[in-house]
Amino acid sequence: MANLYNDNRDLKFHLTHPMMQKLVRLKERDFEEKSTFDYAPLDFEDAMDSYDRVLEVVGEISGDIIAPNAESIDAEGPQVVDGRVIYARGTQENLDALIKAGLLGITLPRRFGGLNFPVVPYIMAADIVSRADAGFVNIWGLQDCAETLNEFASEDQKERWLTRVVNGETMAMDLTEPDAGSDLQAVQLKASYSEQKGGWVLNGVKRFITNGDGDIALVLARSEEGTRDGRGLSMFVYDKRNGGVTVRRIEHKMGIIGSPTCELVFKDAPGELIGSRKLGLIKYVMALMNGARLGIAAQAVGLSEAAYREALSYAKERAQFGKTIIHFPAIYEMLSGMKAKLDASRTLLYETARFVDLYKTYQHISEERKLSNEERDEMKTYQHLADLFTPLAKGITSEFCNQNAYDAIQIHGGSGFMKDYAVERIYRDARITSIYEGTTQLQIVAAIRGVTTGGYLKQIRVYEKEDLRPDLEKYRRVLISLTQDFEEAAEKVLATGDQEFLDFHARRLVEIAGYIIMSYLLVLDANRDQEYLRSVQNFNKMAKGEVKARAEFIRATSMEDIGHYKYQ
Amino acid sequence: MKKGFRIIVLAKQVPDTRNVGKDAMKADGTVNRAALPAIFNPEDLNALELALRIKDNNPGTTVTLLTMGPGRAAEIVREGLYRGADDGVLLTDRAFAGSDTLATSYALAQTIKVMGEFDLIVSGRQAIDGDTAQVGPQVAEKLKINQITYVEEVLQVDPDFLVVRRRLDNGVETLKAPLPLLLTVNSSAPNCRSRNAKLLMRYKQARTVTERQEAAEDYLYLYDSRPFLNILEITASEIFATPDLLGLSGSPTKVKRIENVVLQAKDAVRLNTNDEGIHDLMKELIESHVIG
Repeated sequence: MANLYNDNRDLKFHLTHPMMQKLVRLKERDFEEKSTFDYAPLDFEDAMDSYDRVLEVVGEISGDIIAPNAESIDAEGPQVVDGRVIYARGTQENLDALIKAGLLGITLPRRFGGLNFPVVPYIMAADIVSRADAGFVNIWGLQDCAETLNEFASEDQKERWLTRVVNGETMAMDLTEPDAGSDLQAVQLKASYSEQKGGWVLNGVKRFITNGDGDIALVLARSEEGTRDGRGLSMFVYDKRNGGVTVRRIEHKMGIIGSPTCELVFKDAPGELIGSRKLGLIKYVMALMNGARLGIAAQAVGLSEAAYREALSYAKERAQFGKTIIHFPAIYEMLSGMKAKLDASRTLLYETARFVDLYKTYQHISEERKLSNEERDEMKTYQHLADLFTPLAKGITSEFCNQNAYDAIQIHGGSGFMKDYAVERIYRDARITSIYEGTTQLQIVAAIRGVTTGGYLKQIRVYEKEDLRPDLEKYRRVLISLTQDFEEAAEKVLATGDQEFLDFHARRLVEIAGYIIMSYLLVLDANRDQEYLRSVQNFNKMAKGEVKARAEFIRATSMEDIGHYKYQ
Repeated sequence: MKKGFRIIVLAKQVPDTRNVGKDAMKADGTVNRAALPAIFNPEDLNALELALRIKDNNPGTTVTLLTMGPGRAAEIVREGLYRGADDGVLLTDRAFAGSDTLATSYALAQTIKVMGEFDLIVSGRQAIDGDTAQVGPQVAEKLKINQITYVEEVLQVDPDFLVVRRRLDNGVETLKAPLPLLLTVNSSAPNCRSRNAKLLMRYKQARTVTERQEAAEDYLYLYDSRPFLNILEITASEIFATPDLLGLSGSPTKVKRIENVVLQAKDAVRLNTNDEGIHDLMKELIESHVIG
């Protein structure tokens, strides 16, 4: 079958973004490991060549193994036998192929056996695997948890856990409980220190845990007796080899069926504390969730790609009224809209990944040596941008992927409603992306700070000042005028000083910022490659309509109007 | 007990005849190699996987890839290294040009003799550019060792023998044979594993001595500090061969004539699109031994 990396020029385009030069040099500390590890890059070009080749392997496995397995995994699903999860046959096959290819621990340092890749190529791998099977990408993508260990665990802990992840052991993040979903402060799973055992033991129940029977789990638990909020929670590592956790059941889900969603029972399960007590939720889970959110954005983009391709190929083949349906305005408008949203999602995803990369790399360097003032400022800038762009990217890409999946079915007509076509599975798989790792509504709660602090506007101004080819000027003019609408809308809402009024319009404000940012990113893409002109044109028009509609809504709403929406 | 096995995998770079376009053949009837992508012969990949599995389960085992071909066939050695082979040899010389299966197996056998002791030789059943399935068996004959063809799985590995299952048209056979031994492997054997990310990065600069002359100067220092990046290149003068037995002069195969065969449907039969029609079709297919 096709190589899902080589057949998609958008991926190579984003991989070769000009900022990679700086990012890779930092990540590789000026290529100092070339004398210690024979697989470390010799220079920038060599590093880029390695990413390219490794992604080609990801594309090959995705095309030859993962995509063909998707249908049977969806039909078969995982099972629970004697408190343990058994993956569907295809899931295990996919996992084995990726493990043999050395594709776990992609971003981890080489001293633990990792590949030390930046976030950008890792996220690209997730984008590719997700296009092949979005349900499977979860199990493989949970290697992201290791990144949190790499950030906060002790050297000895890293040595013990990270090497195992690299060798193919899977992970899980055990956060949510029956009464603690979106509100993690309510977590009750109890961690108590046992003098007798000389360590912590965990007791309680976790629910909705993806890959809950994974080999190594990060567990959020209440270590401070008598506390009720997030400040009483700590982070623990649970090793399946030690026993103490059983899988009570797995959920019957609408989509991502291959990914086992578990209810877990902890009974005196030994856990090892990570970092400091009480920082479990406040610090570590926040970091974990940010990484996971970027992963979901990649999953959403992969799904958007799959939906678009299915729709495109069907529209090219299906003939009605004497011609293939792709020639009807109603269809080609829908298709090019899907492509514009796909391109916009992807450019936002990789911009975010670069910010995360730069911030995280500076953070790791700061543990090795003192940063210069200039470097510290840069770290802060990128940290801020990563914090603002991650919820924006997760929120928007997941909503767009749902829209694309919906349109893909629409283009298939009645056939799309049948189990015979892949779009039906894509549609079901897409639905979760705007729910888990924080619903779109919760992404807005995080992203609205980008509006209130002026963070998005500041970054929009940065894009506004970029040098452009003359033919792209007209798009910039449109965006400058939309930015004016954005400022006015934000000003009006903020001037009321009313939190409820802000919450009411928050999604509109964040989406306005999102449309402008994505439009700018596409213009910058077209500045580098003419191929994106089509998407720039289409998305620019779409953005104008969407921004104006939202701005008008805000303009036309007063504080009193909110009463018409409320329920008693 | 000895530690591990020494396995030699015979592999060939072939034009990808599975994706034949209209310019696949030249006017003179020979294969237009330039128009077809060069790939690792598919069944040789099955052979490599079989060897790598023995290596996985038997510490100390080494897998050496041997390929004969023009300079660019070094890519086959690299592809082997990316998947877990320990080293590789490119047998290349103008003297080998025009070799048929007899001359090829002679050259390979002579090379293997130079390469020293081995326990097992594994090759694909046949190459997709010639479909002869002769080279593996001929190598075994020339080395005077046992051979088992059409293998799809190794069932038991012992320091002195192997037990394998071979796939035949009408069933399977389980055979036990003493080492040293040559196996040819079918496409029904497990597919080869993908390239491994770390191995890919480790070996991507691996070059033969000829290729090194064109390698980027920046990286030349690597070949001294990382000996594993040197792919051994062997020429005709190094294998103690009788020149007459090599290349065109050592190849008794003579191509008498080449025809372009265009398959055409003849005797079209129109079937009724009902159960009865399908029943009749199945009956006819079974009777004519197309299926069943």
